Amino acid sequence: MKDEAKLKRAARKTAAYLVLGFVGLFMLLPFLWMLSTSVKPAGDVFASVDNPIKALVPAKTEWRNFSRVYDTTQAMGGGFARWYLNSILVAVVVTLGQVTTSACAAYAFARLRFPGRDRLFLGYLATMMIPGAVTMIPNFILMRKITEWLTVVAPMVDWDAPRAVSMFGRTYEAGRLVGLDSYFALAVPAMFSAYGTFMLRQYFMSIPRDLEEAATIDGCGLFRIFTTIIVPLSKPALATLTIFTFMGNWQSFYWPLIVLTQDSMKTLPLGLLSFMGLYSTQWNLLMAGSMMMILPMIIVFIVGQKWFVSGIQLGALKG
Amino acid sequence: MAQTTRGRAAVAGYLFLLPNLLGFLAFTLLPVLASLALSFYAWDLFTPPKFVGLQNFTALMRDRDFWYYAYNTLFLMLAIPVNILGSLLLAVVMNRKLRGIVVFRTMYFLPSIVAGVGTYLLWRWIYNPDYGLVNSIIASCCPRWLNDGLRRLGVDWPPQWLSSVTWAKPALMFMSFWTVVGGYNMILYLAALQGVSPELYEAANIDGANAWQRFWAITWPMVSPTTFFVFTMSLIGGLQGGFEQAFVMTRGGPAGATTTISYYIYNHAFAWNHMGYAAAIAWVLFAAVFAVTLANWRLGGRIIHY
Repeated sequence: MKDEAKLKRAARKTAAYLVLGFVGLFMLLPFLWMLSTSVKPAGDVFASVDNPIKALVPAKTEWRNFSRVYDTTQAMGGGFARWYLNSILVAVVVTLGQVTTSACAAYAFARLRFPGRDRLFLGYLATMMIPGAVTMIPNFILMRKITEWLTVVAPMVDWDAPRAVSMFGRTYEAGRLVGLDSYFALAVPAMFSAYGTFMLRQYFMSIPRDLEEAATIDGCGLFRIFTTIIVPLSKPALATLTIFTFMGNWQSFYWPLIVLTQDSMKTLPLGLLSFMGLYSTQWNLLMAGSMMMILPMIIVFIVGQKWFVSGIQLGALKG
Repeated sequence: MAQTTRGRAAVAGYLFLLPNLLGFLAFTLLPVLASLALSFYAWDLFTPPKFVGLQNFTALMRDRDFWYYAYNTLFLMLAIPVNILGSLLLAVVMNRKLRGIVVFRTMYFLPSIVAGVGTYLLWRWIYNPDYGLVNSIIASCCPRWLNDGLRRLGVDWPPQWLSSVTWAKPALMFMSFWTVVGGYNMILYLAALQGVSPELYEAANIDGANAWQRFWAITWPMVSPTTFFVFTMSLIGGLQGGFEQAFVMTRGGPAGATTTISYYIYNHAFAWNHMGYAAAIAWVLFAAVFAVTLANWRLGGRIIHY
């Protein structure tokens, strides 16, 4: 009787592993296909169609594909090196900005009393439901027209001229100061988030007030309380928001697509898109390019995994 | 004394809020109002805007393309229940003490994390009719009588996938399954399942319930709040979705078969410079999202078991 129960448990365990393994294979197969295509010589990409196993395991590997992608895109405003740089720059600035402004606003909503607070918070909540397309159109018009408007207000500056930065004996295109094809357009509108404010406010509300009351009696100001009590106690929530914002911005596509035209200003997703336009049938190079875009995210994900899992639950369950 | 502390707290409150509030006003609140106003104008960005009253909206109601793209959007949303059910079943299988479960979780979660231009490009290659992975598997693994039989029946087989009007939408739906089934929803379900008391299952076992009965009598009702949340969010996302993958993989084609409402807004606003018309579509979309949310919250109270 006991043996039978044991056997049953073992059988169930094996079945679970089989199901999990099968699903895992389904998830990984596309990535394996991407990897195998990315290292194939051009001639092998279209061979071995009838045998998926052969198609998945390259007969010859050509790791040079990756450096070829890097080299061939250099003529496109600097190519992958520049797109990486742009992506990192924009993602870091947006993440810093969003986490800082959200944390400050969340503190105000969670702890400070001021007239109109609850109504404002409700307004924040309500806007989270609005489709991005609604705000995207006026924001695009703003970026499109802002140089004209600023020229009227401050004619001594040439707002329309693209700028350049000289570094290490070379000149790099740096786009306009504001408006289309500017770092301003890429970073600033993305720096304020109702979602981040909401999530952090929920977290701050769950922190017991005792510590703050003790600090107030000791004569601590509100800013000191915020930086020395609230922020350190909220590390998990802040870490989660940081990772989410960074990843979200790394993938950001719609907004950069409409405000960018110059290759040198593009972020990775946009760069990959123009690369696709040029090499539409060279699948080994296209897959190598995709790998180059995805790889940093896989690393960030594996390193920060536990923040993801806890963060998802934080965002949904407390909301 | 009390007056001044309260006054000071109020000032501090506004100061803490200010940076975020300014950005919120400039890039969210004002644009929302601006696009509402814009929806009553015709504007190509070059000539001065012209007030047209409700004309954008009446034209939209008669716009056959719009209704076709609305149909496409809803069609693609048919994947939502399947995706959610998949996530739940996956979570049920994973909700046990097994060695290496974290490795599986990581594998399942990966597609939803990296989803974007990179994976859309990858799936374009997977769906390549002549050299892609899917058709390679179909050609070698399906028995010949099946492949030949389907072709004889007049089915487009093996499918041309993204370049076929029939298969383009199912192709995108299958990709969405791969993308989201192991993602956020599964993690939420896992958390919900861990909150279900094991005693319930033990009691059911004593009563002789089989796995199927246990699932419908215990698991399904116990996770219904999560199902409700996930379903609402997916509906909201689905109504607004479909632009990115279609832009990268099909350009909305073939013959508009993968153009969704969000793609149509993009075309009017940023490809054809019809700012007013685009704003009108965006507001209609907003209204639809609002209606779905409202209906869900109304309905939610009745179907959830806490």
